[in-house]
Amino acid sequence: MATGVAAWLPFARAAAIGWMPVANCPMPIAPRDNSKKQDELIILNVSGRRFQTWRTTLDRYPDTLLGSSEKDFFYNEETKEYFFDRDPDAFRSILNFYRTGKLHYPRHECISAYDEELTFFGIIPEIIGDCCYEEYKDRKRENLERLQDDQEENKDVKIPNMNFRETMWRAFENPHTSTMALVFYYVTGFFIAISVITNVVETVPCGSTSNQKDMPCGERYTVAFFCIDTACVMIFTVEYLLRLFAAPSRYRFMRSVMSIIDVVAILPYYIGLVMTNNEDVSGAFVTLRVFRVFRIFKFSRHSQGLRILGYTLKSCASELGFLLFSLTMAIIIFATVMFYAEKGSSSSKFTSIPASFWYTIVTMTTLGYGDMVPKTIAGKIFGSICSLSGVLVIALPVPVIVSNFSRIYHQNQRADKRRAQKKARLARIRIAKSGSAKAFLHSKHNGLLNELLELTGTEEDEQKLTKCTSLLESQHHHLLHCLEKTTGHEFVDEQIYEQNCLETALQTFPSRSPSIVSHDSPVGTCCGRRGRRNLPLPNASLPPALPVPAHQGPLQELSASTYSAGDPTVTHASRSNLNLKTDDSSRINCKSGRITTAIISLPTPPALTPDGDGLHGPPLRRPPPPAGQPGTPSIQTTTSSANIIKVSAL
Amino acid sequence: MLNAIWETEGLQTVGIVVLVFASIKLLHLLGLISFSEDSVEDELELSAVRHRPEGLEQLEAQTRFSRKELQILYRGFKNECPSGVVNEETFKDIYSQFFPQGDASTYAHFLFNAFDTDHNGSVSFEDFVMGLSILLRGTVQEKLNWAFNLYDINKDGYITKEEMLDIMKAIYDMMGKCTYPVLKEETPRQHVEVFFQKMDKNKDGVVTIDEFIDCCQNDENIMRSMHLFENVL
Repeated sequence: MATGVAAWLPFARAAAIGWMPVANCPMPIAPRDNSKKQDELIILNVSGRRFQTWRTTLDRYPDTLLGSSEKDFFYNEETKEYFFDRDPDAFRSILNFYRTGKLHYPRHECISAYDEELTFFGIIPEIIGDCCYEEYKDRKRENLERLQDDQEENKDVKIPNMNFRETMWRAFENPHTSTMALVFYYVTGFFIAISVITNVVETVPCGSTSNQKDMPCGERYTVAFFCIDTACVMIFTVEYLLRLFAAPSRYRFMRSVMSIIDVVAILPYYIGLVMTNNEDVSGAFVTLRVFRVFRIFKFSRHSQGLRILGYTLKSCASELGFLLFSLTMAIIIFATVMFYAEKGSSSSKFTSIPASFWYTIVTMTTLGYGDMVPKTIAGKIFGSICSLSGVLVIALPVPVIVSNFSRIYHQNQRADKRRAQKKARLARIRIAKSGSAKAFLHSKHNGLLNELLELTGTEEDEQKLTKCTSLLESQHHHLLHCLEKTTGHEFVDEQIYEQNCLETALQTFPSRSPSIVSHDSPVGTCCGRRGRRNLPLPNASLPPALPVPAHQGPLQELSASTYSAGDPTVTHASRSNLNLKTDDSSRINCKSGRITTAIISLPTPPALTPDGDGLHGPPLRRPPPPAGQPGTPSIQTTTSSANIIKVSAL
Repeated sequence: MLNAIWETEGLQTVGIVVLVFASIKLLHLLGLISFSEDSVEDELELSAVRHRPEGLEQLEAQTRFSRKELQILYRGFKNECPSGVVNEETFKDIYSQFFPQGDASTYAHFLFNAFDTDHNGSVSFEDFVMGLSILLRGTVQEKLNWAFNLYDINKDGYITKEEMLDIMKAIYDMMGKCTYPVLKEETPRQHVEVFFQKMDKNKDGVVTIDEFIDCCQNDENIMRSMHLFENVL
C-alpha cells in the first residue's frame, strides 16, 4: 500500500461502517492506538540548509534512514536537530520523496553522486517515478559503459610473459604496440593499394602495337602483371597464414568477416593457377577475377571510418529494409500504371511491366536517362507523379541512417578521446600516489633525523628538520609505520625494489656484499660524515674480513649487517631490531662482536651521496655509549635523498 | 482515326484515374492517410478544478471535529488531491489501494455517491469531512441513516433486492478470488436473502428506512459494531 494514502486510512476505516448492517457475525475489536503522539516538526539540517517536516511524513517509509531509528545517530543534542553533512541540493529530491511518495531524478545531477546519496539515505533507486526513470536508466547505462571502457583499456596493458603467439596477435590487432607491427601494417597497406591499382590498370588500353588495335595493358605486359599479382598474393597469403597461426581461437577467426574477405581476395589467383588452360572454365575463371576487387575491402583493417560505415549499415538494417520495401512497392505500382498508360501508343518502349521497371527506377531516383520516355498524355502525367514521389520515398529513411552513422561515429571519437585523456589521468594518479609514498618515506627519514637530533641535542638543527606536517599526515604515517613494524618489512621505492629483484638474480655471494660500515667507501662517507663527527667508529678496528664489493658501480653499495655468531633469534635485522636498546646491543656485542649493517642505498650517483641536496648525512641511532665497553656497535643507517633505507640481513 | 486514338487514350486515362482514386480511398480507409485538419482529436483541456474549503471555524461548527483534527485531515486530503477535490477516478484509485487482492472499484463507486451529497461529481473537502464526522462522531441514528443512504442506490427511500444485490456483489468483489471458503456465484444472493429476511418486516420486498433502523437497533452485533471505529482519529 502506498504510504501516501496512509492519510486516507481513517476514512477507509470509517467507511467500513457501511458493511456493518450487512454483516452476520460480530466484528473484531479494533486495535487501540495507545501512543497518541502529537505530530511534531522535525528539523533536518543538511549542511546548513534547514529542512522541516512532520515526523509522520518521515515515518511513512520505515526502512529508510530518515524513517527509522538510524537517524538518531545524527541527532545533535545542543541544537535539537538532525544534522547531515551531505549535499543539500540532492537532499531536496529525497525529502520530496517522503512528501509525495514519488522519487524524482534531477537532470542536472551527476548520476554517481545521486546514487551515492540514495544509498546513504537507504532508498532504492528502483522506485524512481516513471517520469524520471528512463533518464535515470540511460545515464546509468552510459556511466557503466564508461567504466567498462576503462576496464577494457586496462586489458591492453602489456601482460608480461606473453608468449610469441600472443605477442604476434596483439601486434596484428593493435599496430601501435610495436614498431614491427607498424611496419607490417604499412607494408600490407601498400601492397593492397598496389594490387588494386594493378587490377585497374590491367584493363586500360595501352598504346597499340604495330599490327594490332588497342589492347589492354594486361594482355600486353602479361608477364609483368603476373609477377606483380603473384607478389601481392604471396604477401596476402603469408599475412593470412600468420594471422591464422596467431589467432587465439582459430575457428572464430576463420568465421570472421575480415578473414573471409582475405580468402576471397586471394582465392581467384590460386584457382587461376590450377586451371589455366582449360577452355571450358576459362569463362568462369574470367568471372572469378572480379573477386579480386574484394582486395579493396582489406583496407577496412586500416581505416576505422570504413569499419564504422559497415557497422552502421549493419545496425540500420531495418531502415534499409524498409527503404527497399517501399521502393519496391512504388516501383511496381508506377510500372503497372505506366505500362497501361503507354499501351496504346505505337512504338512504345514500354513493352511489358518488367520493362517499365527500368523506367520507373530511373525516374524515381531522378536519374532520367531518357532511353525510355512516355509519349501519351496520361503517361506523362503519371511519369511526373512518379518522379515527384520518388524523391519523397527515398528521402525518408535516409536521415535515420545518417543519424545512426553520426551517433556511432561520435561514439568512436569519444572513445579515442577518452583513451587519450586516460593516459593523462593515469599519470596524474601515479604522481599523486608516488607523492604520498614519498611523503611517507620522507617523514620516516625526518623522524629518524629527529630522533638523532634528540640524542645529539642540537637544537637548531632539530628545528630545521621539524616540518609542519599536518596532524592527519602524521597519523597516517604513524599507521604505516605500525604496519611496517607488524610485518617486519618496510616500504621501499619502486626502483629499489626492481633493483633488489635484479640483485637477487645476479648476486651469488651474499658474503661478498657486506662491507663494513666503517669502510671507506662513498657510502661509508655518507654514513661516516655524521658518524665520524660524532662517533668513533669502533668497527674500524675490525679487520675488513669481508671483501669490498667492488662491482657496485653507480648503482648501489651494499653493506650487510649480520648478527653473526649465534643469536638465532636475531637473524633478520629490520631496522627495528637495529634500533635496539642499549643492553640488547651490548649483549649481542658481547656475544659476537661483529655487527655489520646492510644498507642498500639508492641509485643516486655516488657524487650525490655526500649529499648535495642538503640531506644531512645519516641519522645515527646511537645508543648512548656505555663508557668503556669495547666494540660498542655503531648501528648506522644511511639515508639518501628522499629514499630508502632498506636494511636486511644477507 | 485520330478520334479512335483519342478515344482509347481518353478511356484509358479515365480508367487509370479511377484506379488511383480508389487506391487513395482505400488507404484512407485503412487509416494510413487522413485528409481533414481536425481529424486529430483535440485533447480536452482538463480545466484544473480548484476548490478552497470554507474557513476552519465554519467547518468546526458544522462538524464534530476539533481544530487540530481538521488540520490533520485537511493536510492528508490536500496531499493526495492537491486540487482540493476528489473525482471519482481518484477516489476509486485511493480506495483500491487498501484492498489490493480484490476489485474495490464498484464499492468505491457507491461510496463516492454516498459522500458526494450534492451530486456534483466530485467530493470536496467539506463533503469529505462531513461524511467523516457522521461516521466517526455521529449518533447511532445518524450512522444508520448514512448506511441506509449508501445502500439505497437510487436514493428513493427504499432498498430493493436488486440494489442490495449490487451492494453485496460489490462487497464480495473486494474480497477477490482467493478466499476460504471459496466464493461461489450464489453467495451474494444468499447473503441478500438473509438480509432481507432479517430486515424486511412486512415482507413487501423492499426495506424502508424505518424498518432498517428498527431492525438494526434491535440487533446487538450491529449496535456494538457501530461503535467500533470511534477512536479512529
